[in-house]
Amino acid sequence: MPRLALQLVFAGALLASFEAMPVCAQVPATPVDAPAPASGWPKPVEDNRVLTFVTFDQLEGRTNGPNTAFRWDGEGWIGTDFNKLWLKSEGRVTNGDTSDGDQEILYDRPIPHLRYFDWQAGVRLDLDSGPTRAWAAIGVQGLAPYFFNFAPTLYIRDGGRVAGRIQGSYDLYLTQRLILQPQVELNFYSQPDRGRGIGTGLSELDSGLRLGYQFSRKFAPYLGYAYSGVFGQTATFSRQAGEPTSAPRFVFGAWVWH
Amino acid sequence: MRIKSEMHTPETDHSFTLTRRRFVQGIAASGVAAFVGGKFNLAAAETTSHSPPVLTGNHFDLAIEAHQVDFTGRRVKAIKINGTLPGPTLKWHEGDTVTMAVTNHLPAETSIHWHGMRIPTAMDGVPGLSYAGIAPGKTFVYRFPVPQNGTYWYHSHSGFQEQLGLWGALVIEPRDKDPIEYDRDYVVLLSDWTDTKPETLYSNLKKQSDYYNFHRRTAGTFIEDVKNKGLRSTVADRLSYGRRNMTPADIADVTSATYTYLMNGNPPDANWTALFKPGERVRLRFINASAMTLFDVRIPGLPMTVVQADGNCVRPVTVDEMRLGVAETYDVIVQPHEEMAYTIFAQPESRGRYARGTLAPRMGMTAEIPPMDAYPLRTMADMGMSGMAHMKGMKMGGMSSDQMPGGKDMQMKGMSDNSMPEMKDMDMSGMKDGAIDPLAGKTPFPQPGPRTTRLMPPPSRMMSRPAQTREGELPLRLGPEVASVPMNTSPRLHDPGDGLNGNGRRVLTYADLRALYKGVDGRPPTREIILHLTGNMERFIWGFDGHKLSEAEPIRLKLGERVRFVLINDTMMEHPIHLHGLWSELENGSGEFSPYKHTLLVKPAERVSYLISADTPGRWAFHCHLLYHMAAGMFRSVVVS
Repeated sequence: MPRLALQLVFAGALLASFEAMPVCAQVPATPVDAPAPASGWPKPVEDNRVLTFVTFDQLEGRTNGPNTAFRWDGEGWIGTDFNKLWLKSEGRVTNGDTSDGDQEILYDRPIPHLRYFDWQAGVRLDLDSGPTRAWAAIGVQGLAPYFFNFAPTLYIRDGGRVAGRIQGSYDLYLTQRLILQPQVELNFYSQPDRGRGIGTGLSELDSGLRLGYQFSRKFAPYLGYAYSGVFGQTATFSRQAGEPTSAPRFVFGAWVWH
Repeated sequence: MRIKSEMHTPETDHSFTLTRRRFVQGIAASGVAAFVGGKFNLAAAETTSHSPPVLTGNHFDLAIEAHQVDFTGRRVKAIKINGTLPGPTLKWHEGDTVTMAVTNHLPAETSIHWHGMRIPTAMDGVPGLSYAGIAPGKTFVYRFPVPQNGTYWYHSHSGFQEQLGLWGALVIEPRDKDPIEYDRDYVVLLSDWTDTKPETLYSNLKKQSDYYNFHRRTAGTFIEDVKNKGLRSTVADRLSYGRRNMTPADIADVTSATYTYLMNGNPPDANWTALFKPGERVRLRFINASAMTLFDVRIPGLPMTVVQADGNCVRPVTVDEMRLGVAETYDVIVQPHEEMAYTIFAQPESRGRYARGTLAPRMGMTAEIPPMDAYPLRTMADMGMSGMAHMKGMKMGGMSSDQMPGGKDMQMKGMSDNSMPEMKDMDMSGMKDGAIDPLAGKTPFPQPGPRTTRLMPPPSRMMSRPAQTREGELPLRLGPEVASVPMNTSPRLHDPGDGLNGNGRRVLTYADLRALYKGVDGRPPTREIILHLTGNMERFIWGFDGHKLSEAEPIRLKLGERVRFVLINDTMMEHPIHLHGLWSELENGSGEFSPYKHTLLVKPAERVSYLISADTPGRWAFHCHLLYHMAAGMFRSVVVS
């Protein structure tokens, strides 16, 4: 229960920031020179405004008929062009049981000499109905050529355990408002973690194809199909636990951002 | 109707026919319109044709207040001056000393900048450079001699207040006889209005830079392109843009997806109307007072003769259409001979909606509204021909000054820094207030006019040739602030701009602008300052040389020096670049008749040069006049000392 509470704090922080208003950063002004402006003059323009952003790439029900799970995958930031604090949150609730709980706090900066990529470093917490794990996280996120959203992240925790995650998606504009989005997330682990049912190698895949309509830029309901599965040793653990190794589902939800 | 007529003594009219000039107050005209329409209603002023009131004299009281407006069916907050949007047109006389007492009734700091005016830096109205701004509840008194004539405008330089309506026109009557002959005189202020709070608009752009672009390339446009160009070239084109995460459909950051376009504060349906009698010469003073919109202006059926650009007279050139960058002004003369209505049509470069008014012999008339032109796409020329370089430490190919347009006549003779020309050639008679101080040689040069002469360095100085120095030629590298660096940049002075080529109409270009009077400063520049216009559309970061204002040092000019600015646009968008306080003399091949401008629209992958006489000390703003580019950092200060 406290885990779920913590999880809600993360998701809640993202949601709460919907209400947050941009504030002005207090960054040193242009160097003063003759004829010097008096102290207390404002800057001619405030080009380091602190903004907030929240987006949910997945905020959806996943159903195969008898069973419906709720899945969220959201992220947000607060900061300026060059310094941002990111929050990421994802997880799945099935029959009151939360899995895939992943919460991250990351510091983010643009990578010099790359136009569209930021590096991010911080902490990942696996918070769900399973045992809690804490990881150090470092990754990049941005726009690869040809407009692919791409975010690989490396995680390390005690005992030299290493994990990796690659997220990618593409927005295919069928019309100015109708968007087809293929999406994939892959998770890798260097060592098994029986407590969380995770084996070595490629452990999980979550993928989907969603068709959304932008009623506005910030609100686009979608329908789609998602496939998530476990592989290799992880699949073996799942079978031993009597759980399915794959979950093809129809999904319905909405892309929202603020 | 309140009509102001001016007396002219016959002896001042040589080649010009004397006519009774009338400055028609649109508010009177529209009052008639409203009366005729039977729905004169002050509360719904925005939907009834109206013009800003005209204030004349030497002293002006301006009250800045928040007001509700309704341009779209929603009542939202705007800022008005003396209760009007646009603010009142201020009519000044060259040589007068004017006083404006500006009172701030807003809850936030405000300011008024007199755009294009050559006045002391403390009166320039830029918070942070000229003064602290005008605090809530306070009154700031601007007072300065009016050293020039022509059409200008004024606007807030605080936050996003320009977007909310804080602007108006300046009309300055020349001290000498106006070389422009006309019977009627109208200000035509073009602007863009959004019901969205500008802070929200800015934040939307920062988070999704194509938020307002509904002309993206889609599966549908792919199929169309394949039909038109074939599969191979369509795929090649998509890959070429896609590799850089760019799109040729990136025309404007803010479009009619949110904007309603206004003419003198009137949405298109309110149909702002200017009256004429057939045969009369009508002067239209077009001012682009928008925040983010480039307007393409035409009057179907009526050729327009451009007589003034940015307040300075140019040799008359007759066109069907012209593009106004944000903050640019063009005065045109039209002479309708028919007893019929004509539509004044201003479509944004990104098309969609339009601003519209009517020229008519009587109120209540309308003419056909032309169909909107096709949405333009960026071309290879906008990418710098051979595409973008991935600048792995590569140095920008700079250009020598002899490649500069109009530079040929300027470059043989340099002169030592600081040296001022002798003043004996100067005709001082036209400069009562702003007379050049021959001792200091450092008071502002007058605006070119019938009584000014060109000031040349003495022959002895012209023989010696100190080396020109060049600054700012940075090895630009791609990065978060520089998304593209074109391989080739070139002057595109003969190019009317994207969306205007091959439309069957005669469109004004910068190459057409030739000043009516010789420029007063004939000295060659001693220094070249090269600045790249840079940006990253995806991140919505804009700047000069890859830096925002907060990361950059001021540009320093020595008082009295003559400098060439070279702007190289590395982005895929136009940028109207405005230098406060000093003239920008566009080098467009007109030599000593180079046009004096205050704002220069620089096309994608274009290289433009202009000369500056640093004749007024101060801290001057230098920025892109696209409001949200400026807010994102495309701003420098220029210190003349």
